Amino acid sequence: MGRTLAEKVWDDHVVRRAEGEPDLLYIDLHLLHEVTSPQAFDGLRKSGRRVRRTDLTIATEDHNTPTLDIDKPIADPVSRTQLETLRKNCAEFGVRLHPLGDAEQGVVHVVGPQLGLTQPGMTVVCGDSHTSTHGAFGALAFGIGTSQVEHVLATQTLPMAPFRTMAVTVLGELPEGVTAKDLILAIIARIGTGGGQGYVIEYRGEAIEKLSMEARMTICNMSIEAGARAGMIAPDETTFAYLRGRDHAPRGTDWDAAVEYWRTLRTDDDAVFDHEVVIDAAELAPFVTWGTNPGQGAPLSASVPDPASFEDASERLAAEKALEYMGLTAGQKLRDISVDTVFVGSCTNGRIEDLRSAAGILAGRRIADGVRMLVVPGSVRVALQAVEEGLDKVFTAAGAEWRHAGCSMCLGMNPDQLSPGERCASTSNRNFEGRQGKGGRTHLVSPQVAAATAVTGHLASPADLADVPTPVEV
Amino acid sequence: MEAFTTHTGRAVPLRRGNVDTDQIIPAHWLKKVTRDGFEDGLFEAWRKDPEFVLNRPERRGATVLIAGPDFGTGSSREHAVWALQNYGFKTVISARFADIFRGNSLKNGLLTVVLPQATVDALWELTEADPTAEVTVDLVGRVVRAEGVEAPFELDENARWRLLEGLDDISITLREEDAIAVYERGRPNWKPLTTQGA
Repeated sequence: MGRTLAEKVWDDHVVRRAEGEPDLLYIDLHLLHEVTSPQAFDGLRKSGRRVRRTDLTIATEDHNTPTLDIDKPIADPVSRTQLETLRKNCAEFGVRLHPLGDAEQGVVHVVGPQLGLTQPGMTVVCGDSHTSTHGAFGALAFGIGTSQVEHVLATQTLPMAPFRTMAVTVLGELPEGVTAKDLILAIIARIGTGGGQGYVIEYRGEAIEKLSMEARMTICNMSIEAGARAGMIAPDETTFAYLRGRDHAPRGTDWDAAVEYWRTLRTDDDAVFDHEVVIDAAELAPFVTWGTNPGQGAPLSASVPDPASFEDASERLAAEKALEYMGLTAGQKLRDISVDTVFVGSCTNGRIEDLRSAAGILAGRRIADGVRMLVVPGSVRVALQAVEEGLDKVFTAAGAEWRHAGCSMCLGMNPDQLSPGERCASTSNRNFEGRQGKGGRTHLVSPQVAAATAVTGHLASPADLADVPTPVEV
Repeated sequence: MEAFTTHTGRAVPLRRGNVDTDQIIPAHWLKKVTRDGFEDGLFEAWRKDPEFVLNRPERRGATVLIAGPDFGTGSSREHAVWALQNYGFKTVISARFADIFRGNSLKNGLLTVVLPQATVDALWELTEADPTAEVTVDLVGRVVRAEGVEAPFELDENARWRLLEGLDDISITLREEDAIAVYERGRPNWKPLTTQGA
């Protein structure tokens, strides 16, 4: 019987297989950041172990780093200690680090791909659940805990329990104005936050094949929000074109050998998935969340649902609690929800294409009075590219704040946070209670919806902007 | 890792589904560089409400957490497991756990037990009606016992053995160093190195 893409990559990394034991898998790339690594390095030190493959390991600083005044000492002493700990650990164990201020610093899941370190058919891990992002290249990439970080540092392997396979097939073409973010939010709403549990999801079908690498990363990034172990997309010409010439991509005959292998990384026609979901792209529309988990979403044209409409008791209770926390009432139109803040950035939507699309909508327009908008590039490279294209000027001319690269307002670990009760349209990945700051209220949206929302002051799509000045090409 | 064989203790019934790791331990606690001292951050936002079940005096000293489905979703932070352990929990029972959280818990000796929702409901009712009711989680016999409840649970044999023995995964893997070296020699030479090509 044929094998799926995920099974092929898995099989190629089995170091040891034994009856009744998890497979021992080899890890091709280990990404580190300051939050989930200190206790792992400490463990190594205590047991007198070294990092087995420093040449397959790379670290960056992202979660704690400020996005303003980065040349000044970090104000929060606890954040500063964590960053200093990473610097000390990387120096002691010989790991390449891109610290704050470095030209290659940025969100770990933006840095790996842009350096060309993430390639098809690899196993990629990081102590961060959004490691699933790298699956966009046809890599098997998953988030791990700190004990596993220590395990990979010491052995370059991980014992892994078997997974199940799920195909999410998106037929047809995404309608005009519908983005990868809308698609993945719709998928999560459909299968639920636990729907992917135990599965590696392969996204396939015409609509997926047409996506750029940036858009594919947005899709795979949020696989974890459906509970999946990982998300993958088979590598194709789009993938190869993105990789060619990047710093760490193979060159010359190595490139040819690599591409030859990469072309084999497709699910065989006779392979069978454990579960299949089919989605008709034509039915999709801009999608936003109204609740406190990423599965609580609806098309922008809909209204806040009535908790009583949920058949499942636990979902009903969750919806009641969500509306209370979010300060929303059932039946309220999503388009009528006003926001205080708009955040464009994160490992989900902080890449150059995301900034271009937000800037395209903001060009020649002003954000609404009383709304603050933060635009945070995913990496220093993305920031430099945006500046070269003049996007930073578009954002600042529209009244938005152009910040330094980092995780920023995606999570409450650095100075960029919401205040209690503050409402935000965010291109990030999680709308959990307090995720963007204690008491903050998050609506997950695409960069396009974020930009349109900033202009109108309430949840909106670019199509709603017909009555305000026309956008200018940038 | 601390070994887990059998544990008996009073319980905290947590009637919430989809408890994500941001609720278990908020991000600002993640700046610490140690594995201990997270107990005050456990469910920090919810604990501001004096009526929150963890704050009830009759729940003090409870060691068994009985939670709704999809416990531990979201972020991979192992700090969520450490916070539960630092607070005093030895075991968590739920109808469904998020994968990464489950893996993290078993690597730290916090036994996560999957039981059908109907059994979780029965345990909620029992422990809500009687806060002194004890729940036993027996990993040797793979069964959860409480008054009126006798519920067998599954756990794969390898994970169970590691927990019962309190084994350190890294030492076990390092016995395979030869196999790892053999695998490494067979890797294609075009695979990227972080130290070259920049």
